[in-house]
Amino acid sequence: MSQYLIRNAAILGGDVRDILIRDGEIAEIGIGIEAPAAEVIDASGLVALPGLVDLHTHLREPGREDNETVQSGTRAAARGGYTAVHAMANTTPVADTAGVVEQVWHLGREFGHCDVHPVGAVTEGLAGKKLAELGAMAESAANVRVFSDDGHCVDDAVIMRRALEYVKAFDGVVAQHAQEPRLTEGAQMNEGEVSDRLGLRGWPAVAEESIIARDCLLAAHVGSRLHVCHVSTAGSVEIVRWAKSKGWNVTAEVTPHHLFLTDACCEHSPLGRSYDPIYKVNPPLRTQADVDALRAGLADGTIDCVATDHAPHAVEDKETEWADAAMGMIGLETALSVVQAAMVDTGLLDWAGLADRMSVKPAEIGRLGGHGRPLESGSPANITLYDPAYRAQVDATTFASKSRNTPYAGLELPGRVVATFLRGRPTVLEGKLV
Amino acid sequence: MKRHLISAKDLTRDDALLVLDTAEELARVSGRSVKKLPTLRGLTVVNLFFEDSTRTRISFEAAAKRLSADVINFSAKGSSVSKGESLKDTALTLEAMGADAVVIRHGASGAPYRLADWINGNVINAGDGTHEHPTQALLDAYTMRRHLGSLDGRKITIVGDVLHSRVARSNVLLLSTLGAEVTLVAPPTLLPVSVGTWPCKVSYDLDSVLAKSDAVMMLRVQRERMNAAYFPTVREYSRRYGLSAERYSHLPEHAIVMHPGPMNRGVEIAAEVADSARSTIVEQVGNGVSVRMAVLYLLLGGAQPAIGADK
Ligand SMILES: [Zn+2]
Repeated sequence: MSQYLIRNAAILGGDVRDILIRDGEIAEIGIGIEAPAAEVIDASGLVALPGLVDLHTHLREPGREDNETVQSGTRAAARGGYTAVHAMANTTPVADTAGVVEQVWHLGREFGHCDVHPVGAVTEGLAGKKLAELGAMAESAANVRVFSDDGHCVDDAVIMRRALEYVKAFDGVVAQHAQEPRLTEGAQMNEGEVSDRLGLRGWPAVAEESIIARDCLLAAHVGSRLHVCHVSTAGSVEIVRWAKSKGWNVTAEVTPHHLFLTDACCEHSPLGRSYDPIYKVNPPLRTQADVDALRAGLADGTIDCVATDHAPHAVEDKETEWADAAMGMIGLETALSVVQAAMVDTGLLDWAGLADRMSVKPAEIGRLGGHGRPLESGSPANITLYDPAYRAQVDATTFASKSRNTPYAGLELPGRVVATFLRGRPTVLEGKLV
Repeated sequence: MKRHLISAKDLTRDDALLVLDTAEELARVSGRSVKKLPTLRGLTVVNLFFEDSTRTRISFEAAAKRLSADVINFSAKGSSVSKGESLKDTALTLEAMGADAVVIRHGASGAPYRLADWINGNVINAGDGTHEHPTQALLDAYTMRRHLGSLDGRKITIVGDVLHSRVARSNVLLLSTLGAEVTLVAPPTLLPVSVGTWPCKVSYDLDSVLAKSDAVMMLRVQRERMNAAYFPTVREYSRRYGLSAERYSHLPEHAIVMHPGPMNRGVEIAAEVADSARSTIVEQVGNGVSVRMAVLYLLLGGAQPAIGADK
């Protein structure tokens, strides 16, 4: 296997070091390493991060291969600096059996530009009525540890309690999409001043917060691991903070877009459009006060990690009236830049903090042993080289994702992934897919 | 004035007064034996209706025809457009047909804004979802001005389902621009959560507001709101928020009673009040044509320097 010598990368803590990659591992970190057989990469000015891990990716395969496939989605992930993603279960068919999760896992092994860890559905068909075969998925080749009906809330308290209890048998975690269904019937965007002006049915913060509060209490009652998907409101941050203060086993994620965009974009987008469904997402974009609370929560560790909720959609599903448009935006290829802008450039997180929230913590929650490890000799060589000084307008036409539903196209964002290594093998070099 | 009329916020005070003054002038034409002006000859106005509203469509059609425009009525309801063919495809078709202005009525809030992104012609909002209906607000203001004179300092009360009402939304914006003092009256369940930030007052008690009102506008209440628990029963709604003959008697002498139609007689308004001398409900319909003529003329005629320029 080829060797790579990364010269002069800023490693976490700020020191500049050389990193030697050999046999899929980090062989050595030091100053002035000599390795004549190695291919040398000049990383002056670049930051070396442990390969990023996403807990929440929609790869759309099987079922909507026109929007994304395991191959295209993991190419997008590699370009975004990711070395592992969790593939959400709301595919067609739903990933609610060992067969489907193994299919996705095999696709990942065969075509993946990063590791693919399937998420199993909590309930059959995401219907919220009957538990899926959680144990069979856990014991399958896919080795599932994260279970989620994402896209749907497990709103039945008994089903949620049983799921939380059941996954304890194999150290699983239930990742809840918190959305009280009755409070969000027909909801189109965050309920507040903007929704009132636009005449779009509001999606109240309390619909998310009430489910999170209930689930924290349930998880505490049965002593299980709960993970809260895409927290979007200031109140949700408060509830997770309270649950953690009790010592309960609750973790939470936030998306880059909820750290960066507000519901005001729906009224006057930065590109001057109103009612542009590119901003239609579930949960909805909230207010500046929510964004501030989410940033503070991520900075102080209340929110454990960043997850993209990469949700690819075909053009025709977005080029329509707001009410008819699909919910979601893609995020893998812009996540690091958006988080840099929201958290690092604002002084809320340093690079070590960012690595913790985008690699270490998500790997821990997903129980991925080989990822989210500090850069040290003997670790698998999962490494992202990132240029934080780079600045350019986002050009979505160059994306590896099959879909283009990004709200950032045409906007200037900082940073660029220069190289991504998956177990010593480059998946991206000089910003281009290998 | 902007290139499109999608929201009542698109109108400055001067724009709005210009529309009302122009409507007054054009109304005189309607009194003549030959009701046509050559102003928009050679221009094409498309009425693009995704939602049934014979009244509004005919009003726009009459307005365009009196200005000699060619009118194409495009009823998208029940056609291939309603499923499968997207709004964008329809927009591109209209563009190809050379539409100079598109009057759009759509069940989805914001559809006119999407249309405006895709076509070059002027877009006029004839009602979108629960968002706005600016020409209705203009005709309401026009009607009020005819009866009350200047709207500065006038007290206007709007009663009913404000939450789902595009008419109320446009009226609050336009009437506050014109200097009127608007009070919304409704059960709290039918008011937007952020109504406190709107340029108006809010009350839950109709009786306390009526005696000080120069105009009372009753909104239609959909019976299906009852199933969604917005209020307990139609009877209770009617008792607390309906304009009964008894309540009508507490209005000041000069006050007028308005309704954008269609009415639920006996629910939000008593039949005898709807038919009373101070009801402007029928007159509103006629005024609609004059106001829509003014809007088309100002957006498409290009004669007025304040109008027709890009924002
Ligand atoms: Zn979700």
